[in-house]
Amino acid sequence: MNMIEAINSAMDVMLGRDDKMVVMGEDVGFFGGVFRATAGLQKKHGKTRVFDTPINECGIIGVAVGMGAYGLRPVPEIQFADYIYPGLDQLVSEAARLRYRSAGDFICPMTVRTPFGGGIFGGQTHSQSPESIMTHICGVKTVIPSNPYDAKGLLIAAIEDNDPVVFLEPKRIYNGPFSGYYDRPVEPWSKHEASAVPEDYYRIELGKAATVRAGEALTILAYGTMVHVTKTIVEEMGVDAEIIDLRTLLPLDIEAIETSVKKTGRCLIIHEATRTSGFGAELAALVQERCFYHLEAPVERVTGFDTPYPHSLEWAYFPGPVRIATALTNILKD
Amino acid sequence: MTETLPKANLGRPASNLPPLSLHIPEPRYRPGDTPDFGDIAIPAVDATPRPGEATKPDAMRDLCYGLVRVLDFDGQAKGPWDPKLTPDRLRAMLRYMMLVRAFDDRMFRAQRQGKTSFYMKSTGEEATSVASTMAIDRSDMCFPSYRQQGILIVRDYPLIQMMNQIYSNRGDHLLGRQLPIMYSAPEHGFFSISGNLATQYPQAVGWAMASASKGDSRIATVWCGEGSSAEGDFHSALTFATVYNAPVIFNVVNNQWAISSFSGFAGGERTTFAARAVGYGIAGLRVDGNDPLAVYAATQWAADRARTNNGPTLIEHFTYRAEGHSTSDDPSAYRAADEATAWPFGDPIARLAQHLETLGEWDGERQEALRKELDDLVKTTQKQSEKLGILGHGMHQPFETMFQDVFEEMPWHLKEQSKQMLAEQEAKFGPNWKPE
Repeated sequence: MNMIEAINSAMDVMLGRDDKMVVMGEDVGFFGGVFRATAGLQKKHGKTRVFDTPINECGIIGVAVGMGAYGLRPVPEIQFADYIYPGLDQLVSEAARLRYRSAGDFICPMTVRTPFGGGIFGGQTHSQSPESIMTHICGVKTVIPSNPYDAKGLLIAAIEDNDPVVFLEPKRIYNGPFSGYYDRPVEPWSKHEASAVPEDYYRIELGKAATVRAGEALTILAYGTMVHVTKTIVEEMGVDAEIIDLRTLLPLDIEAIETSVKKTGRCLIIHEATRTSGFGAELAALVQERCFYHLEAPVERVTGFDTPYPHSLEWAYFPGPVRIATALTNILKD
Repeated sequence: MTETLPKANLGRPASNLPPLSLHIPEPRYRPGDTPDFGDIAIPAVDATPRPGEATKPDAMRDLCYGLVRVLDFDGQAKGPWDPKLTPDRLRAMLRYMMLVRAFDDRMFRAQRQGKTSFYMKSTGEEATSVASTMAIDRSDMCFPSYRQQGILIVRDYPLIQMMNQIYSNRGDHLLGRQLPIMYSAPEHGFFSISGNLATQYPQAVGWAMASASKGDSRIATVWCGEGSSAEGDFHSALTFATVYNAPVIFNVVNNQWAISSFSGFAGGERTTFAARAVGYGIAGLRVDGNDPLAVYAATQWAADRARTNNGPTLIEHFTYRAEGHSTSDDPSAYRAADEATAWPFGDPIARLAQHLETLGEWDGERQEALRKELDDLVKTTQKQSEKLGILGHGMHQPFETMFQDVFEEMPWHLKEQSKQMLAEQEAKFGPNWKPE
């Protein structure tokens, strides 16, 4: 399965297992979603379980809060993460705080699925990476898969979770892992181990990172698309890096990070989102607080730039091979 | 030399057209003015037809611009909307409204005495929550705004629990996390109140959609003020409700004032709030919000409509906020002093009492006795509640509750912060500190 199929399969399995689950969003019903993530689900599970919504993100998330309060388990789709902002108040002030403010009277077991990230010529309104905004909200979990197997297992865990989860899908790697070289063809997922996705139910616990590659020279923290870009450059340069795919940004697997950085003594953080106040800043602070006496070089970040996502210059914006290679050379120089 | 024009001038060139002007709404009366509401159209009590509950919205547009009334100003119930309630039911309604007022008065004073941070009265608007809650089923779900304490009163939620919440004391079911009056009572069909305005609107629609999709028979009701009907959430909710024909009742309590902004700033100068329904293809009713029987009848109509799959209804309760927005507000700074008394629709409690008197089912003596009984009840309850603490006099919740319920299970970072906070507590208060 590719990532879209794995995500589809997760929802299919859960719709079959739990009659409280509903899938809703713009174009998700008959059409199956603009990325086809919900293809066939309405036909199989019925119109009241999988349905289209008005183009109204505030309504989509707000209605899902009410459905959750009733006892359903809504899985709303926001067509692009860039469009989550009109619904952000319902996420920040309502979904995220409902359990807390009602002392557990009401809960909001929703999973907001949304494609994010750039590299598809989506311009400034189809390319953003809002993960640090999500992790700054108290009461929301943030999950970002990097391959089909993880995507299905993590999505099932997110749907089963009784807290609101924002499930950010790196759309650049829906069809295959991305090397970071925009001028090279993308290999389909079928050539990769992670495409062996079981048809049935399985889950990957939220809050657990995965070691993509073990190594001794430095620790690289990445997630989503950047896991694959990083892996390509590391292999090309022949660096003995330990690459950790965070998978869940909140709750974060601090143990995996700490163990690895203490072992390697160096830490490079890579994300596509803009730099200032990005999630890399949080990671750098955590590593500094917990591993300072083990560090042999300053913690570095490779990120997107602090500009809106530029349409025609997106590959100049993207933290690609050159930026990563420069940082690797720098962090390993002493 | 080439001429360069600023970009802004590249559009239509200047001409001899008259200058445009911007309209900034202004209320009719300000402090020092003598209010006169004589020009408000008040249709006769029996002038407004009562359509069948399945009537198509476009066939009942006039109801969005008129006023559903039952009680005339002599206390007689008349016309097609008369819900014909029994005297016992009318007395119960009166009792609930009077209890809300007694509760409001005492809690307002408690705030003035420094026992809590904040309070919001519903004086003059008691019918909009009490009568409408009485007209729906006990199992229906209410999504209130912050001035619907009447819902809890009608549903016999323990007064002491309301007070404990207001005082954030150790009996507060919400563990001192919410501003006073932001109750939550799922077992009484009362959704947790948010401080952000109109956010409950789409949530009520979602609840109603869920109920419909599960083949349940329960409906949702939701309240907001006319001011917050300007929020995007309001319009999102109406869109979803009409699209999915959700079994929901939208209440817009038009009490004329959103803090110091009059209803004109929510768009009330050019149309009614009930008429918002027209654009959405939703049934709309505009009712005299100070007429408890009209509120009851309109809500009953809308509930029957929703329950028979005829869809949502928007009810504008045309009323007046007789007191300040909250204890933090000073209405004398922005509105005429005697606006409330000049309001032509009177006081809902007085009007219902008068109606019962005209029926020979009530009198001044009983009214006074009931008033005293309710005052005593509230006073006694207040004493009990204050034994559990008042806001600012000590800290009433175990500190670790601060970190509970952010998530179902506490993640490591909250455990660490909780530990840090407990260490701070111990350094400050010693190891044996207990909530007061």
